Amino acid sequence: MNKPANIANGGCREAPILKERGQREVFCGLTGIIWLHRKMQDAFFLVVGSRTCAHLLQSAAGVMIFAEPRFGTAIMEEKDLAGLADAHEELDREVAKLLARRPDIKQLFLVGSCPSEVIKIDLSRAAERLTQVHAPHVRVLNYSGSGIETTFTQGEDACLESMVPILPTTEAKELLLVGALPDVVEDQAIGLLEALGIGPVRVLPAGRADAMPAVGPETKVALLQPFLGETASALTRRGAEIIEAPFPFGEEGTTLWLRAIADEWGVTPEHFDAVTAAPRARARKAVAQAAEHLNGKSIFFFPDSQLEIPLARFLTRECGMEAIEVGAPYIHKGLVGADMDMLQTDCVSEGQDVDKQLDRCRAARPDLTVCGLGLANPLEAEGLTTKWAIELVFTPVHFYEQAGDLAGLFSRPIRRKELLKVAS
Amino acid sequence: MKLTVWTYEGPPHVGAMRVATGMRGLHYVLHAPQGDTYADLLFTMIERRNHRPPVTYTTFQARDLGADTAHLFKDACRDAYDRFQPEAIIVGASCTAELIQDDPGGLAETMGLDIPVIPLELPSYQRKENFGADETFFQIVRHLAKPCEKTPRITCNLLGPTALGFRHRDDIEELTGLLSDMGVDVNVVAPMTASPSEIARLGAAHFNVMMYPETCEAACRWLKREFGQPYTTTVPIGVGATRDFITEVADLAGIEPKIDENRLRLPWYSASVDSTYLTGKRVFLFGDGTHVKAAARIARDEMGFEVVGLGCYNREFARDIRALAKEYGVEPLITDDYLEVEQTIEALQPEMILGTQMERHIGKRLGIPCAVISAPVHVQDFPARYSPQMGFEGANVIFDTWVHPLVMGLEEHLLHMFREDFEFHDEAGPSHHGGHTPEPLQPAADEEVSMADETAPPAPDNVIWLADAEKELKKIPFFVRGKARRNTETFALERGVQEISIDTLYEAKAHYAR
Repeated sequence: MNKPANIANGGCREAPILKERGQREVFCGLTGIIWLHRKMQDAFFLVVGSRTCAHLLQSAAGVMIFAEPRFGTAIMEEKDLAGLADAHEELDREVAKLLARRPDIKQLFLVGSCPSEVIKIDLSRAAERLTQVHAPHVRVLNYSGSGIETTFTQGEDACLESMVPILPTTEAKELLLVGALPDVVEDQAIGLLEALGIGPVRVLPAGRADAMPAVGPETKVALLQPFLGETASALTRRGAEIIEAPFPFGEEGTTLWLRAIADEWGVTPEHFDAVTAAPRARARKAVAQAAEHLNGKSIFFFPDSQLEIPLARFLTRECGMEAIEVGAPYIHKGLVGADMDMLQTDCVSEGQDVDKQLDRCRAARPDLTVCGLGLANPLEAEGLTTKWAIELVFTPVHFYEQAGDLAGLFSRPIRRKELLKVAS
Repeated sequence: MKLTVWTYEGPPHVGAMRVATGMRGLHYVLHAPQGDTYADLLFTMIERRNHRPPVTYTTFQARDLGADTAHLFKDACRDAYDRFQPEAIIVGASCTAELIQDDPGGLAETMGLDIPVIPLELPSYQRKENFGADETFFQIVRHLAKPCEKTPRITCNLLGPTALGFRHRDDIEELTGLLSDMGVDVNVVAPMTASPSEIARLGAAHFNVMMYPETCEAACRWLKREFGQPYTTTVPIGVGATRDFITEVADLAGIEPKIDENRLRLPWYSASVDSTYLTGKRVFLFGDGTHVKAAARIARDEMGFEVVGLGCYNREFARDIRALAKEYGVEPLITDDYLEVEQTIEALQPEMILGTQMERHIGKRLGIPCAVISAPVHVQDFPARYSPQMGFEGANVIFDTWVHPLVMGLEEHLLHMFREDFEFHDEAGPSHHGGHTPEPLQPAADEEVSMADETAPPAPDNVIWLADAEKELKKIPFFVRGKARRNTETFALERGVQEISIDTLYEAKAHYAR
């Protein structure tokens, strides 16, 4: 396991992709606000949208946040659409009220939605204007989380992309980690990298507005999530270089990810092994426990979070599962190519026609189906075992110390089915 | 534009989904962008439904907008017809599709499907979820119900229950039993459980039971006008309302209002001496208009509470709720702004909230017990056990549910007596809520600061609490402390007293004594 993965043996990068067009059972990009607003503690996300947008956020958040959350929806009404009210004036008024009530807010994101995109409210103009009005205390940015343009985790990509142009410039050689991860996981990653002698390490997004990283021609970027393509492009335009690697899920993924960065910093194999040996052994041990229940089992991925390809790579290579179909909302080989090189599967699908995909899933009778919340209980009622996908973006699953937890997310439904002795 | 943090109601097409998902053999083709499919999880997760809602979304994307979204709609409609073979289809648009003006109703009509196609006009930027449900059910009834001969036996339809309704599943069972005891059969329950062919038979019933006016009043009115079917107007939630309902049904059916009340326990539980401590508990009510109306009557007349404020989030019921507030001598609160509800509760400092899941969160933050009486729902509002709100068992369930958040009667006395006991301290909360018992507060050097009552609103600017009065206030058990603070401050303000001393505290106590 210590040598680089054997990639000659049947990756799926060049395999034909089943492309489908039909009903897509996925969230829109607004959903990312649920975790982004926890990560950026002085940011507020103001969706300019409809009652549906507000209802989505509330339903996805599960009404689990007691205090007034740091997100809200400016709900457009009939008079905004009929041109009776000037949308920009209305927006300015709501923003002024919000900022007066919440003086702790340093960054405000105006988030576009399906209706605001369709009626073409220019939020970038609004953001520029509001930045001038509320400078220097508050910086106003904008991005679109609309369902007509973004799928679920693409919302985080659009958000981070909007921050790239305003990052300060640096000439220093720095490592920039990109992606919003729970602090505990982020700290682990930084700890490992620093032990390897890699640094300085910066993170986008930072927890607070005044701690945002700088970017420049010497910046090396390591992506933490497989859905940050637009952010990566924007950073490249600022001169940064993207380090290509499989994503840091599981022992193998984490090792390859770290190794790719270590190569940029000229870390010797001996030092690399010395630093990683103990956590690698822990990760292998933890994964092995969960993998007992996964070994030889089949898995079917419905498209959801974009994590499907890296996770399928982890589950097939480290947990002994067989991937029947790996569906992703879209496939960006520049991001997940390295994972595809290591993934063997019967079928890679892109996009969705949910009814046809359900037919394939029912015919295949996989041991485990990874799908969204709308499909999970109906499939369970048909006798299939499911893992709902949104938990994968809400739970710390990256790097060595979480590898066992990640495998556990998949083994738990299978163990549970074995435990329950009363038929439903 | 209006800034919204949490919403009480979803958009109107979610109301249409609640109707479609409750029914059988009906399919909803919804012109909507990708992402609007989130609504499926409301049903599959919150209500634990074992089927996907019968909804096909067109899930158009930005690249489709330049091209032909109308074609996309027709394809989706055709696919849904072929795959699900419904008895009837309802078609409509979500908020975004409303803007692109494809006219789903007109498009579906041109397709020549051999089943009824019912177009829905649900203005997303004006109306909300309850309107959507009411209007959808009305359109379904209007398109499908046919005149038919009345059943030989006396029957009624139970109208209003939908998917994702607050205890609708169990209310249907309770009312069916109650009516059966009276000798009245149920013809059709709709929309929940009904198929389009059963909707066609609605006219066979002798009268309609309007279970939830929010979701069926338009249909009840139409059925009265078209088929001469009268409908009940009392919603049988609570003992008094259930008895009134029985009288109303007996009148409509031409039978004796006789029924065995053997199962009813609320009146005795409320009269028994253990319940004395409930007397005059100050409660605040908020929810949908129907449940608030019912809860106000139970609170005052059946539990012996004092209603200190009430309101509803659905403006359609504003007039009813204003009239009710007048009858109870309180200010009505008609709003769907969660922050406004929170402010009102904070100012009123009730001893208990009877509200929705939103108010449960408010109560948690302010340290006020809360029982849930109304939608919007949460996974907790779909208990595995039988727990209706309507009828006699509903009254029993309500008694238990409302008493549960409170400190029990004898325990309340003991807390008053031994409030400084180190184990039996009042910060521990009700003893039957073991999981929520916090650690006893550690006395610290900055005790004055750490003991400050975080949930209390700041005193009005011109009144200050003297240290010994503040200390005395803390000796008052937590479940009445908020009220004592507020009463004392009001008392001081009214008398122009600037500083609150121990004497002020006890003068206020005497003033408000009951």
